[in-house]
Amino acid sequence: MNTEPLLLATSSGDALKLRPEGPWTAANVATLETLSRSVGAEVDRSRVVTLDMSGISALDTLGAWVLEKLSRRAASSGRSAEFIGVADHFSGLMDEVRQVNRHTPPPAAAPNPVLLRLGDLGKSTVGAREDITIFLQMLGALFMAVVGVLRRPQTLRLTSLVYQLYRIGWQAIPIVALITFLIGAIIAQQGFFHFRRFGAESYTVDMVGILVLRELGVLIVAIMVAGRSGSAYTAELGSMKMREEIDALSTMGLDPVDVLILPRVAALVIALPILAFIGSIAALYGGGLVAQFYGDMGPAIYIARLHEAISVTHFEVGILKAPFMALVIGIVACSEGLRVKGSAESLGRQTTTSVVKSIFLVIVLDGLFAIFFASIGM
Amino acid sequence: MSEHQEEFAIRVRDLVVGFGRQTVLDHLSLDVRRGEILGLVGASGGGKSVLMRTIIGLIPRRGGTIEVMGEPIGGRTRGAATAWGILFQQGALFSSLTVRQNVQFPLRENLVLSPELMDEIAIAKLEMVGLRAQDADKYPAELSGGMTKRVALARALALDPPILFLDEPTSGLDPIAAGDFDALIRTLQKTLGLTVFMVTHDLASLTTVCDRVAALADGKIVAIGPMRELLQSEHPWVRAYFHGKRSQMLQHEMR
Repeated sequence: MNTEPLLLATSSGDALKLRPEGPWTAANVATLETLSRSVGAEVDRSRVVTLDMSGISALDTLGAWVLEKLSRRAASSGRSAEFIGVADHFSGLMDEVRQVNRHTPPPAAAPNPVLLRLGDLGKSTVGAREDITIFLQMLGALFMAVVGVLRRPQTLRLTSLVYQLYRIGWQAIPIVALITFLIGAIIAQQGFFHFRRFGAESYTVDMVGILVLRELGVLIVAIMVAGRSGSAYTAELGSMKMREEIDALSTMGLDPVDVLILPRVAALVIALPILAFIGSIAALYGGGLVAQFYGDMGPAIYIARLHEAISVTHFEVGILKAPFMALVIGIVACSEGLRVKGSAESLGRQTTTSVVKSIFLVIVLDGLFAIFFASIGM
Repeated sequence: MSEHQEEFAIRVRDLVVGFGRQTVLDHLSLDVRRGEILGLVGASGGGKSVLMRTIIGLIPRRGGTIEVMGEPIGGRTRGAATAWGILFQQGALFSSLTVRQNVQFPLRENLVLSPELMDEIAIAKLEMVGLRAQDADKYPAELSGGMTKRVALARALALDPPILFLDEPTSGLDPIAAGDFDALIRTLQKTLGLTVFMVTHDLASLTTVCDRVAALADGKIVAIGPMRELLQSEHPWVRAYFHGKRSQMLQHEMR
């Protein structure tokens, strides 16, 4: 509007007269702070402070507060301060500002950092127990839902199940096939490259076959599904929780486990073995292409070697793991989704937790299966 | 404030806004005078929020002009935060920031000031909207609907903008709080020469705080004027709105 804000101070004896002028608004905040600081010492020395407001051209909450703060400083310890010449259209604001910041709560004492760390450790320990409880509860709830569906098959949400199968199974096929194809090709290339040195190139096929069918095919696919579909489940259920849709379902007498979670987890359990199979075949195909173009091994020899190297057992070991991994991914994704609180941040956090936790659990599960199959001689 | 100023804070001329084949606002014109509180009423889904969001620049328009404080608005305007404050219907608080940080956000982004003063201003704004300093360190998820609204108002007012847009400000507040809220808007409007553009269904607010009320129907402003005049309006929708059973009852009580 016009000029810079000013603060004129005239003192006589122990009385101080302050006359702010110009626009005391947020746009000039830096100047205002400097001005009020510059008269601070004088204000502390004076017994009677008068603030003459008649020179102010514009005032907003920020400017009013800076002046009010000066007057409070002046009025402390038995001295006095008053405002004079407050224009009518500013008086409402000045009255308002006089009321605020009267009861500032004492700042919370900074906690001991060592205790804070210990506290975090304790919390996460208790939290881990809670995680296990939630996992088991969800497993139990799913089991009950399955029992309910077996007793009355018409209660199965078929539409939802088919839709989920389409989303997490059918739509995932291209990317799963592409990635496993590349992984198979890379393993074969590495095998030919390193085994060539001691003339064991033909064993590359054994390595690719066994590794892909037993471990990598299902593991890679499970990790991809955890990242692709598990995160989607968590985010969906989480935002439904945030918008009270899940509460709405419950109040209508429907169990969210039946309606939302069972179709999702069931779809995962059905889709993951299929995806793992497709992925394994794609990986073997990738290995075959590398054998032909890099390892100078024709398709006929590759298939014949593969035939000798692998058996149905290897395939069974891989594919048997898939439904269990799917169950773990589904349970983790859905229970993390239901743990979302009101904020967008918590939705993000639970989605991350869901993916990290399910990938971790899938790998742990894979390790346990490896021990199990080794000990039963498969 | 200063002398030679535009008479109108917001001028909307021939505004056309639509989505797909549907036209929501059809050659709408509206003037908001400087320093008035204008209430906008209209059927649910009738384009009240669309009008507000178009003026703010959140929704593109198909035709017409909008001037805010004498300056034409074209698409997204820079520095808009200092020109207006907006209270969204659901509050739209940043959920990862505390209440205090939410209120400080516009201050921090637009001004250079000491952390101490920033804290004091934030608390001052919070107390002005009827919250306590103790609430400052809560997160939006911990607030009730009414408190969320107040924090959102505090944030909208953080920079003392000349124009304040309110989208259903009193919905979700209890009648006492709503009354206080209306009074607060009045105070601020008086002290700062604030222009308030308020979308509301609260008949009490319309009657007590609004200088003028505009009625939006069929994509146009069909009636505008002080509440008294609107009550006399012959437009069928306006009649239905103000002379329905609910409205009659309230007005009767108020008389």
